[in-house]
Amino acid sequence: MFTSKTVGGLLAIAFGTLVHAAESPNLGTLASGAEVAAYDLTVMPDGTGLPVGSGSVAQGMRLYTEQCFACHGAEGEGALNDRLAGGHGSLATRAPVKTIGSFWPYATTLFDYIRRAMPYAEPGSLSNDEIYSLTAYLLYINGIVDDEAVMDARVLPEVVMPNRDNFVWAYKP
Amino acid sequence: MSEHDTTVTQEHSGGKLRAGITELLPAAGNGLLGRRSFVKAGLGAAGGIALMQAVPASAARPGHMRSPGPGMSEYGSPAPAEANVKRIGIGSQRGTTGSGASRSPLEHLHGIVTPSGLHFERHHAGVPEIDPASHNILIHGLVKRPLLFTMDALARYPIVSRLQFLECSGNSGTLLAADPPQLSCGELHGLVSGSEWGGVPLAVLLDEAGVLPAARWLIAEGADASVMSRSVPLAKGMDDAIVALYQNGERLRPENGYPARLFLPGWEGNMSVKWLRRINVTAQPAMTKDETSKYSDLQPDGSSLLFTFPMAVKSVITSPSPGLAMQGPGLYQIAGIAWSGNGRIRRVDVSADGGKSWVQAALDDLVLPKSLTRFTSAWRWDGSPGVLLSRAVDETGAVQPTRKSLMSNRAAGAFYHYNAIQAWRVGEAGKVNNVYV
Repeated sequence: MFTSKTVGGLLAIAFGTLVHAAESPNLGTLASGAEVAAYDLTVMPDGTGLPVGSGSVAQGMRLYTEQCFACHGAEGEGALNDRLAGGHGSLATRAPVKTIGSFWPYATTLFDYIRRAMPYAEPGSLSNDEIYSLTAYLLYINGIVDDEAVMDARVLPEVVMPNRDNFVWAYKP
Repeated sequence: MSEHDTTVTQEHSGGKLRAGITELLPAAGNGLLGRRSFVKAGLGAAGGIALMQAVPASAARPGHMRSPGPGMSEYGSPAPAEANVKRIGIGSQRGTTGSGASRSPLEHLHGIVTPSGLHFERHHAGVPEIDPASHNILIHGLVKRPLLFTMDALARYPIVSRLQFLECSGNSGTLLAADPPQLSCGELHGLVSGSEWGGVPLAVLLDEAGVLPAARWLIAEGADASVMSRSVPLAKGMDDAIVALYQNGERLRPENGYPARLFLPGWEGNMSVKWLRRINVTAQPAMTKDETSKYSDLQPDGSSLLFTFPMAVKSVITSPSPGLAMQGPGLYQIAGIAWSGNGRIRRVDVSADGGKSWVQAALDDLVLPKSLTRFTSAWRWDGSPGVLLSRAVDETGAVQPTRKSLMSNRAAGAFYHYNAIQAWRVGEAGKVNNVYV
C-alpha cells in the first residue's frame, strides 16, 4: 500500500529534474525547419535572425512620413507617443531624455521591434526592405549614420550605438 | 462600546479564548495594540447594541426572507451592491486603446487571491482573441528537437499549482512625483495581484526538447499584436517557471494570457509573457526593446541596469487607506498585504505615529514564498491625527526601504522597482491621505 510519503516520493521521481525526461508525456511534435522559420522573429545583437533585404535613409524618410509621423512627430521629437530622437548626453542630468539615439544599446533592436510591433495599428504590414529603410532613417535622425547609409543584415549589426557601453547586467547567468 | 470590544469581552468573561484573540494591550505609540488582538472579531459599528433594541417587523423578516429568491446561475457574479468594486486607474497611451494598464482595487479586497476579473492588466497592443484549437507553442533554438505543443497536448501534462503574486515593475511609479498623489491604494499600488497559477513546469518541456550545453537564455514571445518579447535566463526556466494554463482554478482569462502564458514567480511582471507562442533557446539575450529601452533602470551616473528581475520586498496597508474614511474613534483592524519576489515574508511591522514606534503585525496563516501575505494589527484610534506605515522584511532579511532612502540614490529618470514604505495620514475627521514622511 502506498503511504502519502511514498506517493510524494514517486511524484518527486516522476517530475524531479534528474529523471523526469524518461517519464515525460512527450506530446510535442517535431517542428520542421520551415515551421521554425515561419515563427522566428528574433533578431540578436550579432545580427542572427536578420532577413535578406536592404533599405536606405532616403527611402526611410518617405516611409516615416507615411507611417510614423502622426505618433512620433515630424523628426522623431515625439507626439502622441514616444520620442525617438535627441536627448544625447542627457542621461546623467536631472532631466534625462531616453531616445533611440541617446539610450538604446543595440541597433538590431530597431529592426526587431519595428518588425514585431510597428506601425501600432497595422503591425506586420511592412516589408523587410521597408523595415531596413526605417531603421536607417531612425539612425540617421539620431546622427548615428549619414544620409547615404543603407542598412542590411551585414551592416546593421556593425552600427555602434552611442550608449552601448553604459549598460550593466544586474543578472549574470 | 463597539461590537468587536463586546466580542472580545465576552470571550474573556467566558474564559474561552479562541485562537487569535488575546488581551488588548498597548504595544506602540498612538493606540497600536498587541498583535493578534482581535483577529476573529467583527468590525461593524454598534452592532451589539442594535441587537438589544426593539426592531420593526420588516427588519425581523425582510422581503428576501418572505419569498424564494432566484435560482441557479451558470456563471456567478458579484453581489449587485458590490458593483463598484472594479479595476481602477485604467489608462492607455495616447492614440491607443490597448497599450496601457488597469489596476486591482486593493482597498476593497481581503485575501491573497485576487479575483481573476480584478487582476491587474498591462497590455502593449490590446488583448488578442486566440482560438486555442489553432494556437501552438514552439520551443526551438539550442535544442536537440524543436517541438510544437498544442494546447490540448499541454493540458495532458502534470499541472502544478501555486499561490503567487504578479507585479508590474512599474507598480507604484506615480509615487516618484515630487508631491504625494492623492489617489486610492489600488490606483497607487494596484499593479500587483495574487492568483493560484496552474501550469506545466517549463523545465519538463525544455527537457523534452533537449537543451544543448551552450544554452543560457530563453527568448519568450507572445501572440499579441506587439509580439511582445523578453529574454529570460535559462536557470529561471529550469527552476520555478511554468507555462500557465489556469488562474484561480479556471482557464486563464483572455487579458491574462489565454490560452497559455509564461509565469515566472517573483520576477517583474512583463517577463511573464502572455499569450505565449514561442520560446527560443539561445546563448545570449536578444536585447529586445522591452528589456533595454524599457524595463531597464537608469542610475544617477547615467549608466543603466539591465535585467533587474526580482521584485523586492514590499507592503502596503489597504485598510485604512484613502477613500476608506474612519468611522469615528474606536477599535480598528489595520490590514494590508506584503510580498517579496525573493521568498517568504518573515515579518511586517506597523506604526501609527509616523515611524517613531512600531509593533509587529500578525501574519495570516498562509505565508507562502513569492505570494501575497496578509497582515493585520489592532488599533484603538482616539480620533487624533496619526500616520500609518507598514514595513515588510522577507526571509532573506531584506527590509522594505523608506521613501527617503529609496529616493536618495535614484536617478531622475528611473521609473521601475519602487518598493518604498507607504505612509497614510489619518486626519482628525478620519479622512485618509497619501503623505511622504
